Amino acid sequence: MLEIENLSRSFNGRSVLRDISLRLAPGEYVAIVGESGVGKSTLLNLIAGLDRPDGGRLRLDGEDYALHDEDALTRLRRDKLGFVFQAFHILPHLNVAQNVALPLWLQGVERDAADGPARQLLDAVGLGTRGDSWPRELSGGEMQRVAIARALVHAPRLVLADEPTGNLDPANAARVLALLAERVRAAGAIGILVTHSLEAAATADRTLYLTAEGLRG
Amino acid sequence: MSGQVMGWRRLAPVFLGSLARRRLATLFSLVAIVLGVALGMAVQAVHEAALSEFDRGLRNMAGAADLQVVGPRGGFDEQLYARLAARPDVAEASPVLEVEARLVGRDESLQVLGVDAFVLARVTPQLLPRADSGDRFAIFAGDGVFLSRAAAERLGVKTGDLLRVQAGSAEVVLKVAGDLPALGDDRRLGVMDIAAAQTLFGKLGRLSRIDLRLRDGVDAEAARRSLQAVLPDGVLVETPAAEADQAANLSRAYRVNLTLLAAIALLTGGFLVFSAQALSVVRRRSEFAFLRAIGLPRRTLFGWLVGEGAVVGLLGGILGVAVGHGLAWGALALLGGDLGAGYFSGLAPRLQFQPLASAIYALLGVVAGVAGAWSPAKEAATVAPAQALKAGDEAALHGGRGHPLFGLALLAGSLAACAIPPVDGLPFGGYLAVACVLAGAVLLLPSIAALLARLMPVGGPVAVRLAVARLAAAPGHAVVAAAGVLTSVALAAAMAIMVASFRDSVDQWLTQLLPADLYLRAGRAQSGSYLDEALQARIVATAGVGSVAFTRHDGLRLAAGHAPVALLARPMSAAGGGLPLVGQPLAVNGPSLWISEAVQDLYGWRPGQQVELPLAGKPVRLTVAGVWRDYARQTGAVMIDLDSYRRLTGDRLVNDAAIHLAPGADALRTANALTALAGPGVLELAFPGEIRTITLRIFDRTFAVTYLLEAVAVAIGLAGVAASFAALAAARRKEFGMLRHLGLTRRQIGWMLAQEGALAAGVGVLAGLLAGGAIGLVLIEVVNRQSFHWSMDLHVPWLSLLTFGGGLVALAALAAVLAGRQAMRQDAVLAVREDW
Repeated sequence: MLEIENLSRSFNGRSVLRDISLRLAPGEYVAIVGESGVGKSTLLNLIAGLDRPDGGRLRLDGEDYALHDEDALTRLRRDKLGFVFQAFHILPHLNVAQNVALPLWLQGVERDAADGPARQLLDAVGLGTRGDSWPRELSGGEMQRVAIARALVHAPRLVLADEPTGNLDPANAARVLALLAERVRAAGAIGILVTHSLEAAATADRTLYLTAEGLRG
Repeated sequence: MSGQVMGWRRLAPVFLGSLARRRLATLFSLVAIVLGVALGMAVQAVHEAALSEFDRGLRNMAGAADLQVVGPRGGFDEQLYARLAARPDVAEASPVLEVEARLVGRDESLQVLGVDAFVLARVTPQLLPRADSGDRFAIFAGDGVFLSRAAAERLGVKTGDLLRVQAGSAEVVLKVAGDLPALGDDRRLGVMDIAAAQTLFGKLGRLSRIDLRLRDGVDAEAARRSLQAVLPDGVLVETPAAEADQAANLSRAYRVNLTLLAAIALLTGGFLVFSAQALSVVRRRSEFAFLRAIGLPRRTLFGWLVGEGAVVGLLGGILGVAVGHGLAWGALALLGGDLGAGYFSGLAPRLQFQPLASAIYALLGVVAGVAGAWSPAKEAATVAPAQALKAGDEAALHGGRGHPLFGLALLAGSLAACAIPPVDGLPFGGYLAVACVLAGAVLLLPSIAALLARLMPVGGPVAVRLAVARLAAAPGHAVVAAAGVLTSVALAAAMAIMVASFRDSVDQWLTQLLPADLYLRAGRAQSGSYLDEALQARIVATAGVGSVAFTRHDGLRLAAGHAPVALLARPMSAAGGGLPLVGQPLAVNGPSLWISEAVQDLYGWRPGQQVELPLAGKPVRLTVAGVWRDYARQTGAVMIDLDSYRRLTGDRLVNDAAIHLAPGADALRTANALTALAGPGVLELAFPGEIRTITLRIFDRTFAVTYLLEAVAVAIGLAGVAASFAALAAARRKEFGMLRHLGLTRRQIGWMLAQEGALAAGVGVLAGLLAGGAIGLVLIEVVNRQSFHWSMDLHVPWLSLLTFGGGLVALAALAAVLAGRQAMRQDAVLAVREDW
């Protein structure tokens, strides 16, 4: 369960988020849409523990992490969160399977032991034969599928996707969004998709609108 | 703990894979560290081999002796032997006459030891001769000499052959009677009966050394003190290790200076690692942000980035040690154990692997790698992931202005460091000053870059304006690209200024010291050759000779623990005319003494001071009338008037003659007449021009190693510019693509890169020349003075420095363009679409 209560954040005296509240159950996949500059990335950074709120509470499975120190936040991200970025962030000097296995390595799983789950996830996203390929040999759509596999390989409780199709053509974007929704649901994780595209948002279970007044269902 | 290590190992592909991907930058960093470590290792290995061989030779020569009584080079009265042998604390006393016998017709000499065969077996058995004939008394044959294996090989003689050597200005024929089977080193040495040696070499009643073996239970130090009390002036008693220490001390400053030059090459390597890592951090900024976002702790990221530097450093260190041993092997073969500096002539050192020194040098490679990677790693670990994950943040560059106040404080600190006196003969204050100047200049680099950008003209072609704008907006980048250039240029400029000043001063010194038309000698000053009174008279009377100034050379022991000081006696005027004086001479009453700068530094003697000089076994009071420059004798030299010397010692012999020709005399004809005064090959004659040429050739050979170190450092610095621009150009592909979209031609972008390269290198060269000038002054005024005790006049080779600086800037511009070529290809235009 992800519980957000009265979350607020301001920069240099300018309030960007005010009294944001939200509760999401496991298996729930929501999209947050909003105009540029409304605070989507700020909200995502706060949920991801990459930024600290000025006020309010953030709880994941009962663990209040709004005021965690940096080490605790790092552990939280490593163990319970998965990320999908617009710019893929695939490491060019690791092969595809190694890129997917990376979150497991960070959790202390041996490289050999991490290889199996990584390849299973690659199989699940349709890239079962590309585990030994190098990122430069993949298309943009394939790279984002690798990123989805990587976001899920360590069975996170919360998957955050920030404009995951921003660098893809419409056909690839549709495939990736469908895949993301399917894999998040299959994993029983909470999924949050941040986008400015209503088409993309439609792939989620429900859409939330972030405006200057707050988050509306 | 082991779990943590395992955890670290799991992430190895993430970071080390990146090193492999940045092959060019990694290779440059690696090569720089390899060279720095290799040069330091080579200097260390060569000198260790030479010192070890020298020490082994001395141990052989000293044998079982607990103490050695030594005196002036001319020797001391042999009656001292009987007195010492009779002392109750002395078990055995072995008298030795040491003669450097010049080989007739050859420009080399043989060290001949006259020994007492009866006591040799009990004190220095290593020197026991073996007659091929089996005759145990062969050593007592008057002309029999026993040669070490190295000497026999060098001279190409075997038992029964005859050897022509010089005694005074006469020729003596020795017969090779056998060998020295127990001598374990490669020393070139001959042994003969002491009485025969005294007779043949005109040293009747004289000894050079007495080796003493003390009775069991006698404390060597107590015995040394009580013996010293009964010895005449100028005769000292020392432990056998003292001479080895003196030799090590003599060459130590040269060794340490060379090692420090290698250290600066290593420092340049460290800067190259810094450049490579700093640019890598810029390129991988979003990669690190992503890793931090998915749960990589800040400390682990920092540790791995430092680890990347450590891996490069370790590889460089190990390879450097291997290459260093190869270089040492080559240097020993080509330049000898003193790398051409003349400290260990006649030795044939053997290279030995030194595990501890090798490990230390490999570790220095790691230190350079870690130090270079530290700051970029810190920078990377402090980046906020949320910020760095934003598109467009990839090529963020240092925009800081450095630490100008800290830089200025370091420069001020360098001035204070110059005032620190030498510690154990080493100029640590000077080294500290050099380090402060270098560090201060690097810290001031961004400010210098920003200042230069402000001074640049605002207008001009767009490519130039873009390059200047970049320098102004990101002066911190100048540090990344130009730090290595600064270090190497500073080193090269400092060495160029120091060597030019030194060479110019040596040249002037030679001109002052060699005013005569001809110079004649019976052999090297250290040899047993001399010109007796009869020959002196014949020289003066030779047709064509106008006037003659004779010089007598000897070596004096002024204090225990110090190497001998050269004594020169020659005709002197009251004003010290003809001497390269430092400062004004003093008018003194009575016999005056002229001391070299080394004596002034080592013994603290000052002009006007009355000092005692041990002449002919007696203390003689002389007044220091002035200080003169002497680039020939690092351990010090004193000069007195020849007539005074003769009056005080009764010694009428001389070693060489400076001859002024009579008006209208033919130099060649006079020279031929002079060489005919003794047997063929006995007298050596030289024109001042020849002496000057030979001396400067030796000077240049001595500095050959430093030129090599400079060239390496500059090559490393230039490689740094190329590596920096290669990495940066790759990171700026999108920028180039955008500029091409805006209508800039490929040529214009190339021109912009050339300008950027020239500006970055220009900043490095400018700061490097300024720092180099300051370091040059430190080398001249502090390091050289404290290490070798000689001063010199400043001579800046402006033309060479400006040509060098200009050339480096042009090369850097070319390197930047070449590095950017890949990024300027057609696909760079497409690169910008990646963001669409």
